[in-house]
Amino acid sequence: MSIITKLALAAGLATALSSAVLAQDVSGKVIGFSQIGSESGWRAAETAVTRQQAEERGVDLKFADAQQKQENQIKAIRGFIAQGVDAILVAPVVATGWDDVLAEAKEAEIPVVLLDRGVDAPEDLYLTSVASDQVKEGRVAGEWLVEAVGDEDCNVVELQGTVGSTPAINRKAGFEEAIAGHDNITISQSQTGDFTRSKGKEVMEAFIKASNNAADICAVYAHNDDMAVGAIQAIKDAGLKPGEDILVVSIDAVPDIFSAIAAGEANATVELTPNMAGPAFDALAAYWADGTEPEKFIITESKLYTADSDPQGEYERRKDLGY
Amino acid sequence: MTMRRALSRMANPQLLALVGVLLINWILFPNFFRITWQDGRLFGSVIDVLNRGAPVAILAIGMVGVIATKGVDLSVGAVMAVAGAVAATLVVAGYPAPVAVVAALLVGLLCGLWNGFLVAVLDIQPIVATLVLMVAGRGIAQLITEGFIVTFNDPLLVFIGTGSLLGLPMATVIAIAMLVLVTLLVRKTAIGLFIEAVGVNRAAATLAGIRSRMLLMLVYGLSGLCAAVAGLIVAGDIRGADANNAGLWLELDAILAVVIGGTSLLGGRFSVPLAVVGALIIQAMNTGILVSGFPPEFNLIVKAALIFLVLIIQSPLATRVVVVKRPVREAGK
Amino acid sequence: MGGTGYALEARGVVKIFGNHVALDAVDFGLRAGEVHALLGENGAGKSTLIKILTGAYQPDGGEVLVDGQPVSLDTPQQAQALGIGTVYQEVNLLPNRSVAENLFLGHQPTWFGLTDRRKMERDSRAILKRYGLDIDPASELGAHSVAVQQIVAIARAVELSGKVLILDEPTASLDRNEVERLFEIIRDLKAHGLAIVFITHFLEQVFAVSDYVTVLRNGRLIDTRKLDDVTRTDVVRLMLGKDIAFSGATGLADARPTGEVLLDFTNFGRKRSVHPFNLTIHKGEVIGVAGLLGSGRTEMARIMFGADAADEGEVKIAGKPTSISRPTDAIAHGFGFCPEDRKAEGIFGDLSVRENIIIALQGKLGWFSALTRDEQMEIAGKFGEAMDIRAASLDMPVKLLSGGNQQKVILSRWLATDPAFLILDEPTRGIDVGAHAEIVRTINRLRDEGLALVVISSEIDEVVAYSSRIVVMRDRELVAELSGENISPGVIVQAIANHREGTPT
Repeated sequence: MSIITKLALAAGLATALSSAVLAQDVSGKVIGFSQIGSESGWRAAETAVTRQQAEERGVDLKFADAQQKQENQIKAIRGFIAQGVDAILVAPVVATGWDDVLAEAKEAEIPVVLLDRGVDAPEDLYLTSVASDQVKEGRVAGEWLVEAVGDEDCNVVELQGTVGSTPAINRKAGFEEAIAGHDNITISQSQTGDFTRSKGKEVMEAFIKASNNAADICAVYAHNDDMAVGAIQAIKDAGLKPGEDILVVSIDAVPDIFSAIAAGEANATVELTPNMAGPAFDALAAYWADGTEPEKFIITESKLYTADSDPQGEYERRKDLGY
Repeated sequence: MTMRRALSRMANPQLLALVGVLLINWILFPNFFRITWQDGRLFGSVIDVLNRGAPVAILAIGMVGVIATKGVDLSVGAVMAVAGAVAATLVVAGYPAPVAVVAALLVGLLCGLWNGFLVAVLDIQPIVATLVLMVAGRGIAQLITEGFIVTFNDPLLVFIGTGSLLGLPMATVIAIAMLVLVTLLVRKTAIGLFIEAVGVNRAAATLAGIRSRMLLMLVYGLSGLCAAVAGLIVAGDIRGADANNAGLWLELDAILAVVIGGTSLLGGRFSVPLAVVGALIIQAMNTGILVSGFPPEFNLIVKAALIFLVLIIQSPLATRVVVVKRPVREAGK
Repeated sequence: MGGTGYALEARGVVKIFGNHVALDAVDFGLRAGEVHALLGENGAGKSTLIKILTGAYQPDGGEVLVDGQPVSLDTPQQAQALGIGTVYQEVNLLPNRSVAENLFLGHQPTWFGLTDRRKMERDSRAILKRYGLDIDPASELGAHSVAVQQIVAIARAVELSGKVLILDEPTASLDRNEVERLFEIIRDLKAHGLAIVFITHFLEQVFAVSDYVTVLRNGRLIDTRKLDDVTRTDVVRLMLGKDIAFSGATGLADARPTGEVLLDFTNFGRKRSVHPFNLTIHKGEVIGVAGLLGSGRTEMARIMFGADAADEGEVKIAGKPTSISRPTDAIAHGFGFCPEDRKAEGIFGDLSVRENIIIALQGKLGWFSALTRDEQMEIAGKFGEAMDIRAASLDMPVKLLSGGNQQKVILSRWLATDPAFLILDEPTRGIDVGAHAEIVRTINRLRDEGLALVVISSEIDEVVAYSSRIVVMRDRELVAELSGENISPGVIVQAIANHREGTPT
């Protein structure tokens, strides 16, 4: 059994558990949330959703923005400990250097839940961590493409994230895993678009020129939606129809990709849910109810959205979350 | 005589380097020079170089004056983001597009004048003075856009970023227009000479009766204005103002373009057209890397190696060895 | 071979830079318990000699002896180890470290390998007390006045070396009280047997603390004298090399026809720079400015031109009160200024000869009425020819020209603006004989054409030759105005040395 499947199982288990304990609640609790900052639209949405979740569940959320600095996060966590909060959520900006402050929280018997990224610290220093499985995201995107093209030959161009970044590595690996064994699908070109629209557009332009004016391209796989949005514009500028002449699949599920899906210009996206807080609150509720130790790694769902999943409605639901 | 002068012009190291990079691209990708006519515009990799290189070229047009005064403007990337954010937010809020464009240009100009004030009046070192806005500018842009990519479909803004005129991409047309205007501004007036004088020796320039403060305000203001133009192009290109990423690190590309264009960071002699050639060299490399199919892990190494080569080609030693010196003009009559 | 009694001695020291002889067989001897002043105008070789004595330079000939033994000083550290310490004009300590750290930097007392801060500060307090300083050794050095920093620097040098102390213009940025305090310390160190070299431009200070004086000129030793045996006038004469024997024989004393008044400076001055002075300048006359380096002559020129703004007094141009607070103001009124430091403030090294000549005229014309290239060529050609500038091309960078030709370029720059009044600060320093003559000829020609000129020069013969009147600066003050038959080297030297002796009438 591969690690991936183990993780997937664990995720299923966690979901099952959380639905079982949904009766218990966290209302009236004071919970501190140390957020990294607002460097991307997704991050802003995570903050918005966390606030939303806290309000729905009657949690008194103390929010601290660290502006990309670990020292600010450590300061904020110490502040939470001093205030005697019931629990602490942290979206850690880096992986190392947390041992001391986590130990202080443990000392004060305050459970800590890590959101969307892990840390290099002994596992007993925090209650659990809630994160997406980036490899799975890539795999879901790849599986969609395998199904969409059937037996036809398909050259895929790949817009990678920032070279060397974890999501870029993982999303690439997951996608390659999914298309492995399907010899009709090959990645013909792969370049980095730095996760940005303008680079996505620029790289796609070059891909089109280098592939006989896109005659040789059947699909584009972008590691995030922003690059896909840029690529869609490049495809249009080349006089082609994105979504028909070239299939577009990407990851994140930001509002703008849903408008593109609704317009028929993109085909599919895999959600990186900004709702990391929901599972975290569930785990805390269970823990407080009867001392249930949650799994150490709670994996969020990687849901696929296509033209069949009411893209216009999804757009409306998301457009005010701060993406 | 004209023939010989034209030839010796061609022999300058920047143009040689550009030709060299383009030839490498051609070897790696035989269709590099293929240009077709499509939907009323030219279409091809060379056009991509002209189009994608335009923002950095425009930044370089503003930056070259600043560097010639022995300064540097680190804030241009952030000012691009601010200008894009201003224009996008205004059109989304329902203001007419021309108002949004003018407002964005004015904000860029103001940012530049602010830098000029810090450098010329408060005598803060340029690298520090412009660092302030480099950091704060992106924050201001994020405040304006409230942290998300403000998308728009305004025809004017989109035209600035993606339209075409006479078959050329609009960005290229704008860059050419700015190149001509700024070159005329500095060479048909005494401003270019004064910029060089201040850059070579500010104390002597002041004693010779040059209003160096006003001049510094002018060059930094121009740099801010150019950054705003580049910001409008980049925002129009993706139909959105991306405060986090618009113009990110482009100040470094602009500085590099100016340096490749032969202007010393120590100030003095400068050339606007050659700075634009520098920007084209950088973009030709970028596009070449993209069409050549190298794995992206090699991008930075390939780029660094090429830049190193270009700088060696135009180093004084290589110039002496390779290029035949132009005959020195006779004095007097 | 001891027995000379010198703690530190230079014998026949020669130093050559390129083809320029900076020191030509100079002898210099310093005894324990004496203060020895070293004098000379800029470029006389003082600092070269000091650098050889402290190991920063190696001599090309001759030898350095410590206590009568020849030594080879390869590094300043070596000189320090032999007991020779130096304090430079700009305190080169670390302003952001504590006083104690500065005193002990590089040889901190240690305790098992760690700096023993307590002991260091205790020792520092004791040392500082000896110098009459009651300050907290743990305080930051930069928080104290320049005078205190200077004393800390001296204390450090003495503690480190202990035999010879070289003070290079230590009083340049101190006020009178601080200077007095410094002198007490010098006298005290002298009484403790230190040998001290004292470099300054201020004659009073030489006479206040020194026992001996050595004068250098153009890299040569002029003389070493016991101060008890000489007057100030003697010293000035040694420095400037003027033989007072021919004083009075100028032949130019006859009153020139003076034109109408062009400029009238009344109580014109700037705090910490130049005391208020009065000066009236006529068309068609040359005002010579004499005075030693640091006497305020350059400062006077700068406020006249608006390079530094005057903060008191007023100036009338052709009878009308005017404000000159920036060079552009001055230039608009037809002023021109050739600064003393040609390289730092005069030429634009990378720009062409042509651009260097037309730049002030273009500045006057403004940003938008640019001279075309042809017009520039014509103007540069015309003035270049008139001044006989020797350049292969008007398009070559001016930095490739000789000093004399660069000076002619700057003069041409101002002549191109059609000026009414020119200020020339040391126009003939460091240039070859031919260019020198050309510039003197030009000064005479311009005067005859009706221009007003102020010329600052250390060359007394030269000043005497072309000046209609001469003003003498001393201690940042205009102390004498000489005219008629008082324009003679003798009177000038006396006025520089001491105006109470020298002021006529």
